[in-house]
Amino acid sequence: MENNLILIGLAGVLVSAAPILFASIGETFSERAGVINLSVNGTILLSAMGSFVAAIQITKFLNGLVERGAFLSGVPNPEGVINGIGLFIGFIVGAIIGGLVALVVAFSSITLKQSQVAVGFVLTLMTRDLSYFLGNDFMGEVGPRLGSAPLPVLKDIPILGVLLFRADVMTYLSYLLIILAWVWIFKTRPGLILQGVGEKPAAAYVRGANVNRQRYIYTILGGMLVGVAGPIYSLSVKAGWKGTISGLDGIGWIALAITIFGAWNPLRVAFGAYLFSLLQWLGLVLQSSMPDIPSQVLQVAPFPLMILTLLLVNIGNAEWIERGLASLPEGPRHFLNRLIRSLRSSPPSALGTPFEKQ
Amino acid sequence: MAKDNSRLVNILFQVGAIFIALVFTTLVMFIAGAPPFRTYAELVRGALGNFKLMADVVVAWVPLLLSTSGLLITFSAGLWNIGVEGQITIGAIFTTGVLRLLQDSGLPPFLIISLSILAGMIGGALWAALAGALKTFGGVNEIFGGLGLNFVATSLTIWLIFGPWKRPGVGSMSGTQPFPESLWLPMIPGFRLSIWTVILAAIAIVIIYYLLKGTYFGLKLKAVGNNMRSAYLLGIPTWQYMMFSFILCGVFAGLAGAIQVTAVYHRLIPAISSGYGFLGLMVGMLINYQALWVVPVALFFAALNIGSIQLPIVLKLDSSLSGVIQGSMVLFVLLMDGFRRQFSIKWLRRGDGE
Repeated sequence: MENNLILIGLAGVLVSAAPILFASIGETFSERAGVINLSVNGTILLSAMGSFVAAIQITKFLNGLVERGAFLSGVPNPEGVINGIGLFIGFIVGAIIGGLVALVVAFSSITLKQSQVAVGFVLTLMTRDLSYFLGNDFMGEVGPRLGSAPLPVLKDIPILGVLLFRADVMTYLSYLLIILAWVWIFKTRPGLILQGVGEKPAAAYVRGANVNRQRYIYTILGGMLVGVAGPIYSLSVKAGWKGTISGLDGIGWIALAITIFGAWNPLRVAFGAYLFSLLQWLGLVLQSSMPDIPSQVLQVAPFPLMILTLLLVNIGNAEWIERGLASLPEGPRHFLNRLIRSLRSSPPSALGTPFEKQ
Repeated sequence: MAKDNSRLVNILFQVGAIFIALVFTTLVMFIAGAPPFRTYAELVRGALGNFKLMADVVVAWVPLLLSTSGLLITFSAGLWNIGVEGQITIGAIFTTGVLRLLQDSGLPPFLIISLSILAGMIGGALWAALAGALKTFGGVNEIFGGLGLNFVATSLTIWLIFGPWKRPGVGSMSGTQPFPESLWLPMIPGFRLSIWTVILAAIAIVIIYYLLKGTYFGLKLKAVGNNMRSAYLLGIPTWQYMMFSFILCGVFAGLAGAIQVTAVYHRLIPAISSGYGFLGLMVGMLINYQALWVVPVALFFAALNIGSIQLPIVLKLDSSLSGVIQGSMVLFVLLMDGFRRQFSIKWLRRGDGE
């Protein structure tokens, strides 16, 4: 029984990591192509709000039609069908919003050659305020919610069934996304070109890749994946829209940090996302045994850890570490060198710089 | 002649950008079902309707001016000090700590307040130094290091408010127990504004302007920001300059936090920074990092913030509208600037070809 509770808790960790996975793998794609999309935090909020409103409006509209007998008459479960349509439209709208925000980032940085950080930062604040302003009328409304869909047969596998296969569609898609993204980047020809565009754009250009078009494509694709994270919250994990107290502000920054922690590798990104969700869950579990600590503090507990991990993965790049290591005796130097190298993550070399054909 | 021409074009593009931003926000209001003209009128009335409101605008202007002033230094060094929010917060925590420590000490209030403000500046500087050390010694990008430290600072505030510094009885989101009036910076009677804060802000902006425009330090800092490698080759100690610019920015941010405690809220509240750090970054971008423009643009942004406060009551609109207006202005100014540069490059090239 005790074991089972832990398993269910861990299954919840996998579900709540799904939106972070979509966001940080999306960001991985655009950063692999050389574009930092700093707007993630605001994008998630805007797409959460937009998709929630879209889903509500479409279900209301369709329910109206059903009442007048103009739609789905004679279907045994019209509500289920309508909810499904609402959810589907919601997720599409989320992806479109994410893609549009990313398009602004791409256009201003690739075509106009403005600072990616500046534009991304402005967008992250503006889209956040936009979501609060436009979503004001829909606060607290009840919308459709993505239900769990246990996979037949697979759900009955001992342990793994409870852990992996009794979740919802988006969680299953998040598993798929990790694998597909990894295969795409490291095992296919377009993925190889993508790596080239981010590492050595000039060389990729000479070899016939259209660097700027590739960057547009991956920035927008990445933005759409980030945009899907919004509806995973507002239509599933934290269903509804509650304005400033939705608790979504800050998630996007975490996703950005996980992208770095993950060294732009989908598998390591996934590890980071699951680690983060696990910590948040542990925070909640531990709260009952530590009633003195307000919940807000535990919710931000992963952030110091984030700084620490960023320190660990970056410190190998610092010059004084190399000098310090060189002065150590053979044995510990060898060990420390390997430790630091295994943790180290270096960004795509052309990250953040515009490409110009000479 | 050509230079005058380009300056005129420059201004035209900026005016155009502001116009597009206004069209955009009007469109947003339409979508939200808000009457645009009434909303704009309410914004103006909310900021300038009476002297009390105007004084409130100044109350918001001071910390914004301080954080932007500090950020101009880090911007000059080519750094994105997103951790400025946390630096304001830690400044406020240090100030509150010293006030709590000394409030029953019997020292003259003037001394207590001065010490607490000094402590706030030190606190901000320490927090900034932490972000700077992470950047220079740990290779952690200042954006992510700063962001993490922001969240840590906020949770520290909340922990203090609900834990060691909680009000008699039970802690609440409304903050710590307010300090007695003797420990407030003296207010103008009938207003929430303290003239001391305006004086501090004025000194700050003069210092920054002089530092960046009139000293070798400012020149070298810009050299570091423009091209770190060549600055290093020229013999400028780059990491020391970066570290120093972080610390100086932290001093200004900490002062903003200290003012939030001693002159505005008179206690520690969860959102003590009021977002002035991020807003300062926006002001910095909008004025293209020119110190001269900080004063009017920060005043305008502060007016938008104050003007939007009563929107929820009067028009049932969310007050985040001010953020939408501010954000779209910065965004379109950046975009138009890009247009101008790209077009002038193309235009020049065409001129060469013919």
